[in-house]
Amino acid sequence: MRETSGWIWFIIAGIVIFILGGLHMMTVHMNAILGIFNPAAGDAVDWENVSWRSRNLFFTVTYIFLLAAVLYHGFFGLRTILFELGPSRGAQRFITKFLWCAGIVLFVIGTYAAIAARSIGKVL
Amino acid sequence: MEQIKKVPITFYIRRFDPAADEEPRIQQYVLQVEKGMTVLDCIHMIKEEQDPSLAFRFSCRMGVCGSCAMLINGRPTLACNTQTLDLTDSVLTVAALPNFNIIRDLVPDLVPMFGVHQRVKPYIIRKDAREMEKPSAEYFQSPHQLEEFLQFTYCIKCGVCMAACPTMATDRQYPGPMALTQVYRYNTDSRDDGGGERKDLVAKSHGVFGCHYAGECSNACPKGVDPARAIQLLKRDLVRDYLHLGKDHACARIHPLPPNAERKPKIEAPPFTAGA
Repeated sequence: MRETSGWIWFIIAGIVIFILGGLHMMTVHMNAILGIFNPAAGDAVDWENVSWRSRNLFFTVTYIFLLAAVLYHGFFGLRTILFELGPSRGAQRFITKFLWCAGIVLFVIGTYAAIAARSIGKVL
Repeated sequence: MEQIKKVPITFYIRRFDPAADEEPRIQQYVLQVEKGMTVLDCIHMIKEEQDPSLAFRFSCRMGVCGSCAMLINGRPTLACNTQTLDLTDSVLTVAALPNFNIIRDLVPDLVPMFGVHQRVKPYIIRKDAREMEKPSAEYFQSPHQLEEFLQFTYCIKCGVCMAACPTMATDRQYPGPMALTQVYRYNTDSRDDGGGERKDLVAKSHGVFGCHYAGECSNACPKGVDPARAIQLLKRDLVRDYLHLGKDHACARIHPLPPNAERKPKIEAPPFTAGA
């Protein structure tokens, strides 16, 4: 049952990546066509646009969700690959715990970066 | 009378004798092949005319028993079902099925596969144990219910899908497409009550979620079974169970006797088989 729930979340994370990653790609790479989320004209990575997105709560929240989804999806996939190499049960438990810890640490750092960027964007 | 055209084909056959060889080796044979000869016919001819020590497994010679599965030109398939001249007009490579230990030459050790097959309980399980032990009548099953799993009953357990599976190649604890297909086949059978038991066996680490959906099992199957589909449907059922979205199918009821009809007397099993 645990494996089923892990796999379901893996698929859900994939869908979240598809939607939020797609939004990110549209915002940054299809600016010339869509021009959304880039209020200052010009390139999507111009400072004014980046600053606007950084202080926008919607983007802060979506980036945090995207980060969580990417980390879970990536680490679950990595775990699956490692398990196929035939590690012992003890090693499997270690791999699972290690990847959870690494994922949580990276999530905390990434979340801090997103929130800090929001604060910096407000100041500037 | 028209002369039958014969084509010289060079066979590269991977040989391995665990008593004598440390590593498998390739042996070359040249054979005059005519139209209509299957790879199994050619291997028979090589054994009869050139090398009696060549070991391979076969039985029915008509694609029914699944004994002669081997790796032919890099693809796992049945030797009796493969026309040699359809594949090549010069060179053919033949080896034992990959993802299995080799007993000798072209004979793979299928015992682990049958062990997994046995563990997933490939038979009807019912909660009414009395009816299961001593069935009183037929179980009702509509044609539509039969259609849901019919194609998966065509599996002949030849091991071709197991040899084609990339997950099997790396993960020897993975049950494999054949066993997982049989889990789905019996779980979907409206006469069966044992879905929960089987799902517990495959919904774990090195279980059904190890399938990456490469789909090679379905491409390779000589009987047209679609194991990749069965595995994805099994995953769907597990997800539905977990999210409580699916409804448990009510186990098939016993078919009522038509009016004025009598059942044939049950044929008793020979005494020596009782309790076996």
